[in-house]
Amino acid sequence: MDSNPSSAETAQKSIYVSSAVTNAAKILVVGHFAVGKTTFIGSLSEITPLRTEEKMTQASVHVDDLRGVADKTTTTVALDFGRLTLSDDLVLYLFGTPGQQRFMQLWEDMARGALGALLLVDPARLEETFPVIDLIERYGLEYAIAVNCFDPAATYSEAEVREALDLLPDTPVVYCDARDQQSSARALIALVRHLLERAA
Amino acid sequence: MTTPGEEAPVTSDFVRSYVITGGRSLPSSDELALHTLVTLAPERTLPLGAGPEVRAIWELCAGGYLSVAEVAGHLGLPVGVARLLLTDLSEQGHLLRRAEPPRAQNVDRATLEKVLHGLQSLIG
Ligand SMILES: Nc1nc2c(ncn2[C@@H]2O[C@H](COP(=O)(O)OP(=O)(O)O)[C@@H](O)[C@H]2O)c(=O)[nH]1
Ligand SMILES: [Mg+2]
Repeated sequence: MDSNPSSAETAQKSIYVSSAVTNAAKILVVGHFAVGKTTFIGSLSEITPLRTEEKMTQASVHVDDLRGVADKTTTTVALDFGRLTLSDDLVLYLFGTPGQQRFMQLWEDMARGALGALLLVDPARLEETFPVIDLIERYGLEYAIAVNCFDPAATYSEAEVREALDLLPDTPVVYCDARDQQSSARALIALVRHLLERAA
Repeated sequence: MTTPGEEAPVTSDFVRSYVITGGRSLPSSDELALHTLVTLAPERTLPLGAGPEVRAIWELCAGGYLSVAEVAGHLGLPVGVARLLLTDLSEQGHLLRRAEPPRAQNVDRATLEKVLHGLQSLIG
């Protein structure tokens, strides 16, 4: 963490939410490992994106253990988040975490009160997205797909992505570059428009 | 790796969380959502016997509103531990809370519209 502000400007910049803010909204940015979640959140956040290490207790059963004893191991998962002040009285928090079944507790926490989820997808590794879709659906979250274009030369049509992921016809699919603020904002806009249609 | 029947070593991180929370189980997100905003209430005194983590929360939250997740992130605490300590402070009347999300997962059109307008102003 940067604890050494180098200019007057950074020294003045408060870490706190403006005192006029009375409303906080939350959107989840999800997807498999290395799909660009941290990059996406960083491109939009007004604060240095923060990260916590969450310890997850995972029950595992040794198949070769004849007593069938389940033991518990602990794994760590990073929770990334950023903040964006959208108006005088409203802030938006973006929370990013990997989609793995063993991190259910964290998902439950994140899903509570969330407006919806943006699912980042790498078209070269579509199959890794299935477990994440399962989690999104388990928590009843509305979502949109943002295809993160790592390799501009490799083109995947929207139809290919839709078919491979077996999406509903009205699930939005947008293309984005997670490193670019405007591109990331457009992806969130597509999600929020979809949420408004679903709320209608 | 441990072989079956052998005690798994308890990590120092685990011991640290256990000491901070007094071994209590962590409250669920029903108590304080990750994006609930909290700040120190005015004219409160630090509880006697507050541990280093509670002192750190106290100092941080004295400066203004932050989400529960930000408190955890700034202090390097797992969110469950930060939430437990914040819940204690809240029950003792030391915290002000804002922006509590509704209990039911209901979509609020007005909020969605505000979010949309805010995002649209970013792309100009
Ligand atoms: N070319 C390209 N690289 C990206 C893009 N988004 C992320 N990356 C890179 O991909 C890697 C993984 O991204 P990261 O945000 O850490 O993924 P996470 O595991 O989902 O948080 C990093 O090295 C990023 O710099 C993108 O849109 N285009
Ligand atoms: Mg990451």
